[in-house]
Amino acid sequence: MNALRRFGSFWWDFVVGDDWRIAVGVVIALAACAAVAETGAPAWWIVPVAVAVLLAVSVRREAR
Amino acid sequence: MSALFLVASAFLASAVEMVEALTIVLAVGVTRDWRSSLTGVAVATVALAAIVAALGPALTVIPIDTLRLVVGALLLVFGLQWLRKAILRASGYKALHDEEQAFAHEVAEARAAGTETRAGLDWYAFTVSFKGVLLEGLEVAFIVLTFGSTQGSIPLAAAGAAAAIILVALAGVLAHRPLARVPENTMKFAVGAMLTTFGIFWATEGAGAEWPGGDASLPAVLGFVVLLSFGLVTTLRRRRLALA
Repeated sequence: MNALRRFGSFWWDFVVGDDWRIAVGVVIALAACAAVAETGAPAWWIVPVAVAVLLAVSVRREAR
Repeated sequence: MSALFLVASAFLASAVEMVEALTIVLAVGVTRDWRSSLTGVAVATVALAAIVAALGPALTVIPIDTLRLVVGALLLVFGLQWLRKAILRASGYKALHDEEQAFAHEVAEARAAGTETRAGLDWYAFTVSFKGVLLEGLEVAFIVLTFGSTQGSIPLAAAGAAAAIILVALAGVLAHRPLARVPENTMKFAVGAMLTTFGIFWATEGAGAEWPGGDASLPAVLGFVVLLSFGLVTTLRRRRLALA
């Protein structure tokens, strides 16, 4: 069990890193993008806008 | 254009990671035992090659839209992690990576460690070199696999990475010291921007949206990410100076 937890923890740190909120934000942005694209409306701008917000909030929080 | 970005990204990411791995291997080799250290490098390289060889073909059978969504999302989260650190370093909120300092730290630890011989090898030298190359190399393998599979050319991404590994190894052999003059922090910034750009591009396509102009919008996305990053660095620097 410990080995499994260490394995999971390693991959979590490897991909997600210091700020899990970024990962959650990316998933929400992609879900929103898929939902808007499904309606036929332009959805390409959603992820770039989300990235700008997520990155700005994350670095500001770290710099506080 | 995409192929150029692909090779450049794999090359830069590999060069940065290999400079860090080289520092560890040099420190252990110089302080402990070259044979054990280089055996660790060889075993880790074989393990990394096996990971790429095993996962590469498996990724190619996944439908391209699913692959782009999953890989794009992973790449985006991974890239934002790199970019976040690079922005904090460039704005002075995080210490810059210093290879001379890392080398001195590794040498001190290698001198202080006890001696244990296993399979005729200095076990400390072997395991530290093995772990160093494997962990730094895993990031390279991740980038080669994700970039290569979504662009439909793992060999092209692997070639970019291999060129960097050979170049860094040659430079290390010639210099016989850590490559402190490599602009590592700048390169990390560039890699973070490229990973984030490809992540945005592929994940958006995988989610079902279409880019205006198709692949031609990739440089625009890169420009957006670079401008955003520089904007954040400038804002954070001003804020730090105002608080000082």
